[in-house]
Amino acid sequence: MEASRRQGVRKQKKRSLLYSQNAAPYFFIFPFILSFLIFFAYPVATTVIMSFQEVLPGQTTFIGLDNYKELWNPTFLTAIRNSTVYTLLTLIILIPVPLVLAVFLNSKLMFAKNFFRSVTFIPALTSVVVAGMIFRLIFGGQDGALLNSILTNFGMEPKAWLNHGGTSMFVLVVLATWKWMGINILYFLAGLQNIPRELYESAEVDGATTARKFYHITLPLLKPISIYVFTISIYGGFSMFAESYMLYGSNRSPNNIGLTIVGYLYQKGIEQNNLGFGSAVGIALLVITLIITLIQLKFFGMFKKEEQG
Amino acid sequence: MKPKKKWKLSSILLILLFVVIGIFALFPLFAITLGSLKPSTEIMRYGLNLKLQADLLSLDNYSYLFNGETDYFIWYKNSIIITIASTLSCLLLTSMVGYGLAVYDFKLKNVVFGLVLIVMMIPVEIIMLPLYKLTMSLGLMDTLVGAFLPFVVAPIPIFFFRQYASGLPRDLLDAARVDGCTEIGIFFRVMMPLMTPAFSSMAILQALGSWNNFLWPLIVLRSSENLTLPIGLSTLLTPYGNNYDVLIAGSVMAIFPVLLLYIFFQRYFIEGMTAGGVKG
Repeated sequence: MEASRRQGVRKQKKRSLLYSQNAAPYFFIFPFILSFLIFFAYPVATTVIMSFQEVLPGQTTFIGLDNYKELWNPTFLTAIRNSTVYTLLTLIILIPVPLVLAVFLNSKLMFAKNFFRSVTFIPALTSVVVAGMIFRLIFGGQDGALLNSILTNFGMEPKAWLNHGGTSMFVLVVLATWKWMGINILYFLAGLQNIPRELYESAEVDGATTARKFYHITLPLLKPISIYVFTISIYGGFSMFAESYMLYGSNRSPNNIGLTIVGYLYQKGIEQNNLGFGSAVGIALLVITLIITLIQLKFFGMFKKEEQG
Repeated sequence: MKPKKKWKLSSILLILLFVVIGIFALFPLFAITLGSLKPSTEIMRYGLNLKLQADLLSLDNYSYLFNGETDYFIWYKNSIIITIASTLSCLLLTSMVGYGLAVYDFKLKNVVFGLVLIVMMIPVEIIMLPLYKLTMSLGLMDTLVGAFLPFVVAPIPIFFFRQYASGLPRDLLDAARVDGCTEIGIFFRVMMPLMTPAFSSMAILQALGSWNNFLWPLIVLRSSENLTLPIGLSTLLTPYGNNYDVLIAGSVMAIFPVLLLYIFFQRYFIEGMTAGGVKG
């Protein structure tokens, strides 16, 4: 009797738990909390700790700042330089060009908008592996390879594109432009479609030229989406790895001309199994991205405004 | 009715410009498709080019892919398994989290949402090495589960579902409560069906990301019978020579299903892949 009553109470408790609006949110967010703790917070803490350690199989020793001191070496500086140049070049191309193209695509003068929008987006569907392989072949070193055969038709010298610093960076940037142009056009198109038509109409009444409308209406109102594209481009640029890996068929390139920060992290941490030093590289990457984020916040003073808008 | 457009010079110039851009976008894919029809000795000797010689073109490379002499078919199968498993689990879990953050008021709400944003802001490459160590100690190295588990509860879908769920009518919630539905039942029976459009675009985002994913599977997967398509293809480039007949035809076959889906579900592709740009 007593036992069955207790069971009843327990059942009721269980029932009320199922209906409780206080308990429910914790049930729903539980997967995130679990995944956050195991696959984010713990690894972040471990990276920080490992970056002060020498991690050998079965034996770890704290070595203070030695890993960080070792970071100051020509190979890592090459990696930083490559990643930075790559990021800057992709920013210079992949923000203004898609912005202008989106304005063109959105203009009243343009026909078959959806068709062209769809076509420019197609490269974004390919994996970096496939894209890298395609560009490796197009920019192949043989005289008969695609680009070289076109060059020789015009009487120019064929080039060993992937063997020199300048040209290999060019190939990487062309690859990035090919892959991301369509997606950035879409972002800017979405931004343009949020600009109220009335603004342009009233500007027209006031006799504004197309150029003035672009500078005084379009550009300022595209600021939030531009900052977003800018941010993801910086992150994407500094964490570039697969593109270069595929162009060279491995993480090794002649004189490290294709080595990026993540490539260096992979080389040290995975290929050479030096987890401590690799973690220090990871922290360096984190610091670089944080500094850029801070500079950006200072420049644009954005985020908050965007949240309100 | 729309006013009839006039063919002006500027229109023609604009279209020409976009035709050139369209060619730039499609040309590499065309070149690789053409290359996939040629014998690999031809590619190795002369490089990929646009020479059209009818006697060289054949579908031999494609039949070679699937005749069992290579692991290509296994990689394809692995990629399909991982894509389906990771997409389904990601959609289920992130929609729950996004929904929880959108419709309930609770103490830790803002803290948790802040954590989601932090995860979004920190490049995953930074935690690759500790995750690698963790995966080893969990015994998940070289397993298909290990290749996607750490990233299943992804921040962007959470963000997107939260955004979408906060726009759903609250009256339905109360109506369902009056009808005696449990809180979990409300989510699965009432709200989830209402979130279908969000599910479609996030399914595409997650599936495409998973199908094309490179760095993490490259670290976790080791033996050939466990590789996914991108990793398998990348192993074909070796210092001792490149296996171009599998590589090129295999790449075309890797893009093909995506392209086919894109033609039919274009809207969801565009929504899904630009989801990060929605305002919070």
